[in-house]
Amino acid sequence: MNFDKELDARGLNCPLPILRAKKALGEVTSGQVLKILSTDPGSVKDFAAFAKQTGNELLSTAEAGGEFTFFMKKK
Amino acid sequence: MAIIATKGTLDWAYPPFILASTAAALGYETQIFFTFYGLQLVRKDLSVLKVSPLGNPGMPMKMPFGPKWFKSINWNMPNAIQAIIPGYENVATALMKQTIANTGVASIPELRELCQEAEVKFIACQMTVELFGFEHSDFIDGLEYGGAATFFEFAGETDICLFI
Repeated sequence: MNFDKELDARGLNCPLPILRAKKALGEVTSGQVLKILSTDPGSVKDFAAFAKQTGNELLSTAEAGGEFTFFMKKK
Repeated sequence: MAIIATKGTLDWAYPPFILASTAAALGYETQIFFTFYGLQLVRKDLSVLKVSPLGNPGMPMKMPFGPKWFKSINWNMPNAIQAIIPGYENVATALMKQTIANTGVASIPELRELCQEAEVKFIACQMTVELFGFEHSDFIDGLEYGGAATFFEFAGETDICLFI
Protein backbone atom coordinates (compact mmCIF):
# COMPACT_ATOMS: atom_id res chain seq x y z
CA MET A 1 0.00 0.00 0.00
CA ASN A 2 1.23 3.52 -0.74
CA PHE A 3 1.89 5.78 2.18
CA ASP A 4 3.13 9.32 2.78
CA LYS A 5 4.83 8.93 6.13
CA GLU A 6 6.11 6.05 8.24
CA LEU A 7 6.16 5.78 12.02
CA ASP A 8 8.36 3.17 13.67
CA ALA A 9 6.80 2.51 17.09
CA ARG A 10 8.44 -0.92 17.52
CA GLY A 11 9.60 -1.63 21.07
CA LEU A 12 7.29 1.02 22.51
CA ASN A 13 4.53 0.18 24.93
CA CYS A 14 1.09 1.64 25.69
CA PRO A 15 0.25 4.50 25.29
CA LEU A 16 3.33 5.60 23.31
CA PRO A 17 2.37 4.10 19.89
CA ILE A 18 -0.93 6.03 19.99
CA LEU A 19 0.70 9.27 21.17
CA ARG A 20 3.42 9.04 18.49
CA ALA A 21 0.78 8.27 15.84
CA LYS A 22 -1.27 11.28 16.89
CA LYS A 23 1.84 13.45 16.53
CA ALA A 24 2.76 11.93 13.15
CA LEU A 25 -0.78 12.49 11.84
CA GLY A 26 -0.30 16.15 12.73
CA GLU A 27 2.57 16.24 10.23
CA VAL A 28 0.60 14.99 7.19
CA THR A 29 -2.30 16.59 5.37
CA SER A 30 -5.89 15.42 5.08
CA GLY A 31 -6.22 12.29 2.89
CA GLN A 32 -2.56 11.30 3.27
CA VAL A 33 -1.67 7.87 4.65
CA LEU A 34 0.48 7.07 7.67
CA LYS A 35 2.14 3.67 7.97
CA ILE A 36 2.70 2.55 11.57
CA LEU A 37 4.92 -0.32 12.75
CA SER A 38 4.37 -1.66 16.26
CA THR A 39 5.30 -4.63 18.44
CA ASP A 40 2.71 -3.91 21.15
CA PRO A 41 -0.07 -6.54 20.90
CA GLY A 42 -2.41 -4.11 22.67
CA SER A 43 -2.00 -1.64 19.81
CA VAL A 44 -4.34 -3.68 17.55
CA LYS A 45 -7.42 -2.79 19.56
CA ASP A 46 -6.00 0.60 20.50
CA PHE A 47 -5.56 1.77 16.91
CA ALA A 48 -9.09 0.62 16.06
CA ALA A 49 -10.42 2.63 19.01
CA PHE A 50 -8.22 5.60 18.12
CA ALA A 51 -9.58 5.59 14.55
CA LYS A 52 -13.18 5.34 15.74
CA GLN A 53 -12.77 8.18 18.22
CA THR A 54 -10.77 10.58 16.05
CA GLY A 55 -12.39 9.90 12.67
CA ASN A 56 -9.09 9.00 10.99
CA GLU A 57 -9.63 5.92 8.84
CA LEU A 58 -7.80 2.67 9.68
CA LEU A 59 -7.26 1.25 6.19
CA SER A 60 -5.65 -2.02 7.26
CA THR A 61 -4.15 -4.00 10.12
CA ALA A 62 -1.69 -6.83 9.55
CA GLU A 63 0.47 -9.05 11.74
CA ALA A 64 3.63 -10.90 10.77
CA GLY A 65 6.14 -12.46 13.14
CA GLY A 66 5.02 -10.46 16.17
CA GLU A 67 5.06 -7.18 14.28
CA PHE A 68 1.96 -5.19 13.50
CA THR A 69 1.52 -2.89 10.52
CA PHE A 70 -1.24 -0.33 10.33
CA PHE A 71 -2.20 2.05 7.56
CA MET A 72 -4.16 5.06 8.67
CA LYS A 73 -5.64 7.76 6.47
CA LYS A 74 -5.85 11.21 7.97
CA LYS A 75 -9.31 12.71 8.22
CA MET B 1 -12.19 14.34 30.99
CA ALA B 2 -11.39 15.28 34.57
CA ILE B 3 -8.99 13.29 36.76
CA ILE B 4 -8.23 13.66 40.45
CA ALA B 5 -4.72 12.34 41.16
CA THR B 6 -4.20 11.54 44.85
CA LYS B 7 -1.29 9.08 44.93
CA GLY B 8 2.38 10.02 45.09
CA THR B 9 4.27 6.85 44.21
CA LEU B 10 6.03 5.80 41.00
CA ASP B 11 3.51 3.05 40.19
CA TRP B 12 0.46 5.25 40.83
CA ALA B 13 1.94 8.07 38.77
CA TYR B 14 1.19 6.05 35.63
CA PRO B 15 -2.63 5.90 35.49
CA PRO B 16 -3.30 9.67 35.54
CA PHE B 17 -0.56 10.52 33.02
CA ILE B 18 -1.31 7.60 30.68
CA LEU B 19 -5.04 8.30 30.66
CA ALA B 20 -4.65 12.07 30.35
CA SER B 21 -2.13 11.93 27.49
CA THR B 22 -4.21 9.33 25.63
CA ALA B 23 -7.45 11.24 26.20
CA ALA B 24 -5.81 14.37 24.81
CA ALA B 25 -4.64 12.39 21.74
CA LEU B 26 -8.21 11.18 21.23
CA GLY B 27 -9.45 14.76 21.27
CA TYR B 28 -10.83 15.03 24.81
CA GLU B 29 -10.23 18.28 26.65
CA THR B 30 -8.46 17.03 29.75
CA GLN B 31 -7.63 18.35 33.17
CA ILE B 32 -5.85 16.75 36.17
CA PHE B 33 -6.41 17.98 39.70
CA PHE B 34 -3.44 17.02 41.89
CA THR B 35 -4.23 16.77 45.57
CA PHE B 36 -2.71 15.27 48.70
CA TYR B 37 0.11 12.85 47.74
CA GLY B 38 -0.70 13.43 44.07
CA LEU B 39 1.17 16.73 44.40
CA GLN B 40 4.40 14.71 44.15
CA LEU B 41 3.58 14.13 40.47
CA VAL B 42 3.95 17.82 39.64
CA ARG B 43 7.18 18.41 41.56
CA LYS B 44 10.13 19.75 39.56
CA ASP B 45 12.16 16.88 40.97
CA LEU B 46 10.46 13.59 40.07
CA SER B 47 13.14 11.49 41.78
CA VAL B 48 10.89 11.72 44.86
CA LEU B 49 8.66 9.11 43.22
CA LYS B 50 9.37 5.66 44.63
CA VAL B 51 7.68 2.31 44.64
CA SER B 52 7.28 0.26 47.80
CA PRO B 53 6.63 -3.49 47.76
CA LEU B 54 6.06 -3.29 51.55
CA GLY B 55 2.47 -4.16 52.38
CA ASN B 56 1.70 -4.62 48.68
CA PRO B 57 1.06 -8.33 48.08
CA GLY B 58 -0.06 -7.61 44.51
CA MET B 59 3.36 -6.46 43.39
CA PRO B 60 5.52 -9.07 41.65
CA MET B 61 9.19 -8.70 42.61
CA LYS B 62 11.19 -9.83 39.61
CA MET B 63 14.69 -9.01 38.48
CA PRO B 64 15.03 -6.97 35.26
CA PHE B 65 18.30 -8.69 34.24
CA GLY B 66 19.87 -12.12 33.86
CA PRO B 67 18.70 -15.24 32.01
CA LYS B 68 15.01 -15.96 31.56
CA TRP B 69 14.75 -18.51 34.41
CA PHE B 70 16.29 -15.95 36.78
CA LYS B 71 13.95 -13.16 35.64
CA SER B 72 10.92 -15.32 36.28
CA ILE B 73 11.71 -15.89 39.97
CA ASN B 74 9.37 -13.99 42.28
CA TRP B 75 11.38 -12.51 45.17
CA ASN B 76 8.46 -11.67 47.43
CA MET B 77 9.42 -11.76 51.09
CA PRO B 78 7.63 -11.20 54.39
CA ASN B 79 6.74 -7.61 55.28
CA ALA B 80 8.71 -7.78 58.54
CA ILE B 81 11.90 -8.57 56.62
CA GLN B 82 11.26 -5.92 53.95
CA ALA B 83 10.77 -3.33 56.70
CA ILE B 84 14.15 -3.84 58.38
CA ILE B 85 16.35 -3.87 55.27
CA PRO B 86 17.82 -0.36 54.88
CA GLY B 87 17.36 1.06 51.39
CA TYR B 88 14.91 -1.67 50.35
CA GLU B 89 12.56 0.90 48.78
CA ASN B 90 15.39 2.50 46.81
CA VAL B 91 16.50 -0.86 45.43
CA ALA B 92 12.91 -1.80 44.53
CA THR B 93 12.51 1.58 42.78
CA ALA B 94 15.75 1.17 40.81
CA LEU B 95 14.70 -2.33 39.72
CA MET B 96 11.25 -1.08 38.72
CA LYS B 97 12.76 1.75 36.64
CA GLN B 98 14.99 -0.79 34.88
CA THR B 99 11.98 -3.03 34.16
CA ILE B 100 10.09 0.01 32.80
CA ALA B 101 12.97 0.84 30.45
CA ASN B 102 13.34 -2.83 29.37
CA THR B 103 9.68 -3.15 28.41
CA GLY B 104 9.43 0.04 26.34
CA VAL B 105 7.12 1.70 28.85
CA ALA B 106 7.45 5.50 28.92
CA SER B 107 9.08 7.16 31.92
CA ILE B 108 6.99 9.46 34.13
CA PRO B 109 8.93 12.62 33.11
CA GLU B 110 8.28 11.68 29.46
CA LEU B 111 4.55 11.05 29.97
CA ARG B 112 4.16 14.26 31.97
CA GLU B 113 5.84 16.21 29.20
CA LEU B 114 3.58 14.57 26.59
CA CYS B 115 0.56 15.67 28.67
CA GLN B 116 1.85 19.23 28.76
CA GLU B 117 2.56 19.24 25.01
CA ALA B 118 -1.01 18.02 24.43
CA GLU B 119 -2.28 20.91 26.56
CA VAL B 120 -3.62 18.82 29.42
CA LYS B 121 -4.38 21.36 32.13
CA PHE B 122 -2.73 20.75 35.52
CA ILE B 123 -4.34 22.15 38.68
CA ALA B 124 -2.66 21.78 42.08
CA CYS B 125 -4.73 21.81 45.24
CA GLN B 126 -3.66 24.96 47.09
CA MET B 127 -4.94 23.64 50.42
CA THR B 128 -2.68 20.55 50.34
CA VAL B 129 0.25 22.65 49.08
CA GLU B 130 -0.03 24.57 52.34
CA LEU B 131 -0.88 21.52 54.45
CA PHE B 132 2.32 19.75 53.38
CA GLY B 133 4.45 22.90 53.61
CA PHE B 134 5.34 23.06 49.90
CA GLU B 135 6.28 26.25 48.06
CA HIS B 136 5.04 27.05 44.56
CA SER B 137 8.72 26.98 43.54
CA ASP B 138 8.77 23.22 44.30
CA PHE B 139 6.44 22.65 41.37
CA ILE B 140 6.76 22.80 37.59
CA ASP B 141 5.77 25.91 35.64
CA GLY B 142 2.40 26.11 33.98
CA LEU B 143 0.57 24.81 37.03
CA GLU B 144 -2.58 26.52 38.25
CA TYR B 145 -3.54 26.56 41.90
CA GLY B 146 -7.11 26.19 43.09
CA GLY B 147 -9.53 24.37 45.35
CA ALA B 148 -12.47 21.99 45.15
CA ALA B 149 -14.71 24.59 43.46
CA THR B 150 -12.09 25.02 40.71
CA PHE B 151 -12.21 21.27 40.10
CA PHE B 152 -16.00 21.17 39.84
CA GLU B 153 -16.11 24.12 37.48
CA PHE B 154 -14.46 21.92 34.85
CA ALA B 155 -15.52 18.43 36.05
CA GLY B 156 -19.21 19.37 35.94
CA GLU B 157 -18.97 19.82 32.19
CA THR B 158 -17.08 16.58 31.41
CA ASP B 159 -18.26 13.15 30.25
CA ILE B 160 -15.54 11.21 32.07
CA CYS B 161 -14.43 11.86 35.63
CA LEU B 162 -11.92 9.64 37.45
CA PHE B 163 -10.56 9.51 40.98
CA ILE B 164 -7.12 7.91 41.07
